[in-house]
Amino acid sequence: MTWETVIGLEVHAQLSTASKLFSGSSTRYGAAPNSQTNYIDAGLPGTLPVLNYKAIILAIRFGLAIHANINDLSYFERKNYFYPDLPKGYQISQFRHPIVSQGYLDINCHDQSTKRIIIDRAHLEEDAGKSIHDTHDKYTGIDLNRAGTPLLEIVTTPCLSSATEAISYLKTLHQLLRFLGVCDGNMQEGSFRCDVNLSIKPQGVKQLGTRTELKNLNSFRFIEKAIAYEVQRHQDLLESGEQVIQQTRLYSPDTNTTQPMRDKENENDYRYFADPDLLPIKLSRDELNHIQQTMPPLPSTIKERLLNDGLSIDEVEFLLTSPEHVHFYETVKQQSQASTKVIINWLKGVYAAALNELNVGFDKPPISAEQLASLLDRLTDNTISTKIAKQIFGKLITSTMSVDEIIAAEGYKAMNDGTELESIIHTIITQHPDQTAEYRAGKEKLLAFFVGKIMKETKGQADPEQVNILLKKHLRA
Amino acid sequence: MHTLSLRGLIQALQTKKLSSTELVDHYFKRIHKAQALNAFIHLDEERARELAKEADKQLQRGNAPHLTGIPMAHKDNFCTKDMPTTCASNMLAHFTPPYNATVVNRFADHGCISVGKTNMDEFAMGSTNESSYFGAVKNPWNMDHVPGGSSGGSASAVAARLVPFATGTDTGGSVRQPAAFSGICGLKPTYGLISRFGQIAYASSLDQAGLFANSADDLAIALQAVAGFDPHDSTSINQPVPSLTEQLNHPIKPLRIGVAPDFFSQVDTEIQQAIMDALKVFEQAGAEIVDINLKLRPYWLPCYAVIANAEASSNLSRYDGIRFGYRTSHAENLRELITKSRSEGFGMQVKRRILTGTHVLSSEHFDTHYVHAQKVRRMIADELKQTLSTVDVLIGPTTPSCAFKLNESHCDSPKYQLSDQFTVPVNLAGLPGLSIPVGFNHALPIGMQLIGNHFSEARLLQLAHAYQQCTNWHSMIPGEWK
Repeated sequence: MTWETVIGLEVHAQLSTASKLFSGSSTRYGAAPNSQTNYIDAGLPGTLPVLNYKAIILAIRFGLAIHANINDLSYFERKNYFYPDLPKGYQISQFRHPIVSQGYLDINCHDQSTKRIIIDRAHLEEDAGKSIHDTHDKYTGIDLNRAGTPLLEIVTTPCLSSATEAISYLKTLHQLLRFLGVCDGNMQEGSFRCDVNLSIKPQGVKQLGTRTELKNLNSFRFIEKAIAYEVQRHQDLLESGEQVIQQTRLYSPDTNTTQPMRDKENENDYRYFADPDLLPIKLSRDELNHIQQTMPPLPSTIKERLLNDGLSIDEVEFLLTSPEHVHFYETVKQQSQASTKVIINWLKGVYAAALNELNVGFDKPPISAEQLASLLDRLTDNTISTKIAKQIFGKLITSTMSVDEIIAAEGYKAMNDGTELESIIHTIITQHPDQTAEYRAGKEKLLAFFVGKIMKETKGQADPEQVNILLKKHLRA
Repeated sequence: MHTLSLRGLIQALQTKKLSSTELVDHYFKRIHKAQALNAFIHLDEERARELAKEADKQLQRGNAPHLTGIPMAHKDNFCTKDMPTTCASNMLAHFTPPYNATVVNRFADHGCISVGKTNMDEFAMGSTNESSYFGAVKNPWNMDHVPGGSSGGSASAVAARLVPFATGTDTGGSVRQPAAFSGICGLKPTYGLISRFGQIAYASSLDQAGLFANSADDLAIALQAVAGFDPHDSTSINQPVPSLTEQLNHPIKPLRIGVAPDFFSQVDTEIQQAIMDALKVFEQAGAEIVDINLKLRPYWLPCYAVIANAEASSNLSRYDGIRFGYRTSHAENLRELITKSRSEGFGMQVKRRILTGTHVLSSEHFDTHYVHAQKVRRMIADELKQTLSTVDVLIGPTTPSCAFKLNESHCDSPKYQLSDQFTVPVNLAGLPGLSIPVGFNHALPIGMQLIGNHFSEARLLQLAHAYQQCTNWHSMIPGEWK
């Protein structure tokens, strides 16, 4: 029998706000346990939530980008259940009236066609804390630093039909969220988490099969593997006449299998009701317009712009890796006389290699766009050679000097002055009449001897290519 | 000193006829003598005396805030970082929050000295103050009777003149009912007028801080100090508070008083008579009495019960024994830890309400109970607001009977259940309600309730003040405490 896979995805994106959804605590990742937990996050008696308006702006920004309905009246509800890392005994979430509903995202398929993925809803909620099971022998630690971090839960309809499509959607979504400044997308830190709802059915049948839910997958690779495993598991069960049990399962990267977490039958009755501590979110036309007008450019817009700049599709994809890539490129481009080609080659080559070596990204550039622009300017106006430019680049990483200061200090400047180089070449030839005669007699190996002499004389600053050309010209004479 | 009004005390302090040290000393002597009332859960005499010394210095220097050196007490569900905050529950018996409620800060900023925390029904759930983990409170008018609840400690303390005024909270009548039972004035302001930050929640959409004092004038002074927007409470109202004390002496004419026949059915005859007598006082002052009809009255109590319990079941979920509060000493696993901590930490009344609230929010009953109650709530609020657009004030008894005997009322007795019937609609509609003493029945006080439209506190206090200029029920002190 031929089977069709049906997948719906729920992404939890942590919003890039400085403080939490309902308190002033910082949302920064990696701080000492409970050091970013105030009494609102800890759910102490008498405390009340106060909405962080920035989260609303980010949610709406996302809604506008996916052409969704922005609900001008939405409200928060309480999702009630007990868990040690859920301080209030309820999570403040949106259930009946999400802030964003009915949008879509177009994704690229393998055959270059596009597919429209329907996003059913995106709602705001607060993140829970973390239970830490491996630091103490006899008890579990609770870290509430994450508690109250704003999340946007983005839910698709069950409209995806393969792991490839799922990954393509997730990557497109991931890129969109980052370019909108809605979420930093850091999957290791849990900023972008994905749950997969999956079922299979015989081809052509309308009725969906029983689904399982795969929780908290934190890399695209694992998501792909988990889907592949789970599809096969469903298929094996159904083909051997067994039933799929509706349940939540966890993927284990170590064994590349999924294991049941809890049965849906035992699921909590969450008793959702409108949170009486918070007012409904009402938005005026003016506020919506303002958010619309201050939207950062979408990745698709940027892509078009870069292609128009004359960049190849590969080069554009490289820049679209992150908003910081694009920003860095555009800053250099704006400040430098160098050609688009030179700039992109330097970014993809020397600069990317340096970032790789230093294990940093364009968000923390070791050499500023301004410095790189001025370096490429000196290269473009032939003040320095590519070789020297690379040397200066190396120095810029640690130096506080400007490009021009380094050129002046190291005496690089004069070396590419053709006349000066020619006069050095002339002197060297005059000083070595025997070798000159031998070269002219056909011992061309001696060219290396002259190059060596010249490089020594110029302290290695001359452009070897230029030296070669000029030497040959003078030796021939 | 304790026979002076709050206004009188302020004047005496500001003109240095009296020192705060003397005043605090005097009140603590009374508090110690009145231990049998069990009005306080916690006292902080040492700190109060230090603050009194500070206050005296400030009064000497001049420019001291209005209420500098005035002793007062907070109900024990307002968070205080210098004193435990127990909600009269085993669950929080040893809990001291790291912050003050906005109410606590505002009174402190105005110079008030908190002498301690007053007893109450556990988590403000009750009408007799008998559900307190720290024992029942007695009514100063008759020690065999309850002072009402849930703010019974504050009511008893103010009635016995142990403090000039005190705070309370009112979710379904918890300020007005004990004020009526204890023969004092109790105000529940408009929802949102006083910040709920740091007030431990029972039912958030109904909870409102309120005040107890011996006269409308005193209430106005205290309310002026505490009312107003608080950015820490999203439901607090961001609008300026008018000068309440200034309006107090304005003439009350023309005045239309709405009286519903419904307010008098199933009400003790003596109470009916006392209200009629009080209405005559207003009539003599030129008020017009208008008959009104409140069709939705039968739904007030059931609607309240559904909503209050639903919110309570969620608000009390945070007491799981994990981060603060009572934790069981014998749990094998997480489930047991939470279950046992809650079973041992909460009293019967609280558990009953959590169970009811959980039931009405369950997916099976949500639409028929909770959603239905929300719709009814809107209708009740609309009816009251509509009525209040045709009259200035609604007047009726605060309670259908006077203070119950101790140990007499069981939660399921109809008398107990009906005691809230005139107070709950005010909370459902977010309106201000004021109870003032208007007489006695067998030596137990009778309370009259005035209900106004949103933000009509000034008007309610003005009417009560006018009444108190012609009568002296409010200045009567229970015999033993004179």
